[in-house]
Amino acid sequence: MRIALFATCIVDAMYPEVAKATVSILERLGHTVTFPERQACCGQMHINSGKFAQAYPVVKNHVEAFEDADFDYAVAPSGSCVASLGHQHPMIAEYMGDEDLASRATQVAGRTYELSQLLTDVLGVTDAAAQLGSYFPHTIAYHPSCHGMRLLRLGDRQSDLLQTVEGAVVVSPENWDACCGFGGTFSVKNPQVSTAMLTDKVEALINTGASVCSGGDASCLMHIGGGLQRRHELLPAQATPPATVHFARVLAATREHPLILNEELVSGGALR
Amino acid sequence: MSTTFIGMPTVPGTGNLFERAPFPQVAQHELGNVQLRTNLTKATTAIRTKRAARVAELGDWEDLRDSGAAAKDVVLARLPELLTQFEAAFTAAGGTVHWARDAQEANAIVRGLVEDSAPLNEDGRREVIKVKSMATQEIGLNEYLEDHDIDAYETDLAELIVQLGHDKPSHILVPAIHRNRHEIRQIFLRGMEDADPNLGTEPRELAEASRKHLRKKFLTTKVAISGANFGIAETGTLSVVESEGNGRMCVTLPETLITVMGIEKLLPTIDDLGVFMQLLPRSSTGERMNPYSSFWTGVTPGDGPRNVHVVLLDNGRTRALADQHGRQALRCIRCSACMNVCPVYERTGGHAYGSVYPGPIGAILTPLLTGTDAEENSTLPYASSLCGACFDACPVKIDIPQMLVRLRNEGNVVKESEHGRLPKTQLDVALTGASWLMSDGRRMALMEKGLPLAKLLSPKAGIRSLPGIAGAWTSSRTIPRPPRQSFRSWWSAEHREEAREERREARDRAQFRRFEARSGAEPAPEAGPAPRSENQHETKES
Repeated sequence: MRIALFATCIVDAMYPEVAKATVSILERLGHTVTFPERQACCGQMHINSGKFAQAYPVVKNHVEAFEDADFDYAVAPSGSCVASLGHQHPMIAEYMGDEDLASRATQVAGRTYELSQLLTDVLGVTDAAAQLGSYFPHTIAYHPSCHGMRLLRLGDRQSDLLQTVEGAVVVSPENWDACCGFGGTFSVKNPQVSTAMLTDKVEALINTGASVCSGGDASCLMHIGGGLQRRHELLPAQATPPATVHFARVLAATREHPLILNEELVSGGALR
Repeated sequence: MSTTFIGMPTVPGTGNLFERAPFPQVAQHELGNVQLRTNLTKATTAIRTKRAARVAELGDWEDLRDSGAAAKDVVLARLPELLTQFEAAFTAAGGTVHWARDAQEANAIVRGLVEDSAPLNEDGRREVIKVKSMATQEIGLNEYLEDHDIDAYETDLAELIVQLGHDKPSHILVPAIHRNRHEIRQIFLRGMEDADPNLGTEPRELAEASRKHLRKKFLTTKVAISGANFGIAETGTLSVVESEGNGRMCVTLPETLITVMGIEKLLPTIDDLGVFMQLLPRSSTGERMNPYSSFWTGVTPGDGPRNVHVVLLDNGRTRALADQHGRQALRCIRCSACMNVCPVYERTGGHAYGSVYPGPIGAILTPLLTGTDAEENSTLPYASSLCGACFDACPVKIDIPQMLVRLRNEGNVVKESEHGRLPKTQLDVALTGASWLMSDGRRMALMEKGLPLAKLLSPKAGIRSLPGIAGAWTSSRTIPRPPRQSFRSWWSAEHREEAREERREARDRAQFRRFEARSGAEPAPEAGPAPRSENQHETKES
């Protein structure tokens, strides 16, 4: 199948390895990956900041980038960005009086899947070790991101995939379904409340004793990783906190090309 | 946001509906109160767990939610007609209907009724007893009555704690959720003239103290004031559901009963209660059924109050109703499930929101009632990380996250129309730039050419401190060092030839579409997939 990758802006600019891992997984399964080059961002930053008029060109660009591309399915390594396509793009188009774009946006959203959704529901991956050769001998604290969990209803898809990685042990932090406090511009508009939420998340993750925290959204992982790293800077005597790593990278890791947890690869609490 | 003229001038809500100061400012203050956070976490976790268990028992919970939302939408669509029907039925049953446009009008009506029916005591004041009611909290009735020589005694345990502590409610169902039992004991000892000095901190003892304190009031006071959970249009019936029995005494013992009810509380028929009596207790207290459900229809000779009044309160509800998206907030049955699951509420408590309606529902309902141009409430829609837990918990499926985002936009539109389109804050400037940048992949590619330099300038262990608004991020989170190369740039290096081909095809398809649109031979499929090239099937099968 031809699968169009929607890298998402944060992965494209900050976590390119997550997109490369996504490509690697899909190619291993025998599919052709394309990258529609006009793509930029889902527009969530503007939508959630209440800047609908400014979000409009971003949404329009995304719809045009993908409707002109030739693919069977589109995929993004992010629950939040995929959710935005279906839950917000038509709303923005309608708000701007562009009914035509609204229905085109619905079409594009209908063909775009979050990575674990595509792997599980469409491509039939049930055993990452057997089907992808995934190998990652570490304890993983799994963080389900809010939009994947509540807007896409991903359920256990991501953690089930992680569980089938050879050597991986998946654990749940206390209050596993609580928001990490990122919320896009919430983190700068209400920095104290956001930090209070992050602090609890960071403590819960450290208490699992896991060596990495994994999830499906680079943005939340950047937030959590930044908090874990800051805690480590303030309390250097304590054990190294878990590094954050996107589940695509865990699935892409193999015995031949392992993902090694070393200082070199960890920056700002995030494995890159 | 588009509003619809529904045949009535809309009046903005007044009363206890305004934030005291911008949310982030008050939140920061409240976050510093460790006792408050401990109390809140403990209480919300307990209610949350109970609710989840009770909801899980029902196989048709999602169907119930759909029914609840649909029933309320019908009410909102037929509101003028149902209100008239209710008025006729209530009057026919011997009650008197009063209409109040806003808080002032409602307060004045209630005061007049109390002055007509409650005797003066030896201090020259009048007394009323009260059932817990959000509508009367909303209009600030107690404070207003006090100023007019009327003492209103709250009879709900938690409301009593709040009243005796000269405090404000911080939760719509558990108004004293921010207090623990040691604090409650202190409040009782200070505020109850008849409290036993040896009072302990056991919930049983505290409840007993309030029971003794209130008993005399129930038996001697001539006038009671209540809110209503439901009003039945067909029969003119009013209803209060509660846990302590104080409500039952208030609506049966006094001679005069005055109910203040928001106009959105109507249901068409008694049968409609079937859904809501399942949704409400499970969502609010995590019980299958609440202990006391009282229903009364006008005056029953020889039984209960002889003078029965209802004050139908608008106070911004018509305004919210005229908002085609915002009107869903009027489905709210005040269960408080959204605040019990909200991570922001759990940390700041209800006082941070200023309005009597705190938490997620408060963050949308308050500005919808007062008008988004009320400067005071402009920060409320931002008091959420948009995690969506509230929407999941809402028994009437109010899409709170989407409404928050719409209200943020509406606030920005109002601001821009008043102060011009120029960006005002650092965040505005950043977002304006980002809109331009992120609406074109080529601009993104250009920007990403700066990554090697950014990497060079960043410390190896990440960025710990940035100036300006970015400092709000780095105050508690380190930013990773940027990568040397973006994915886009890596991809185009790896797939130069393919990319060229891809671009050519995309151009052809776009041209074809334009040609089709111009020629108008056949209206271009509005949303159909892009016309596919001939080799489509080959690719697929390979």
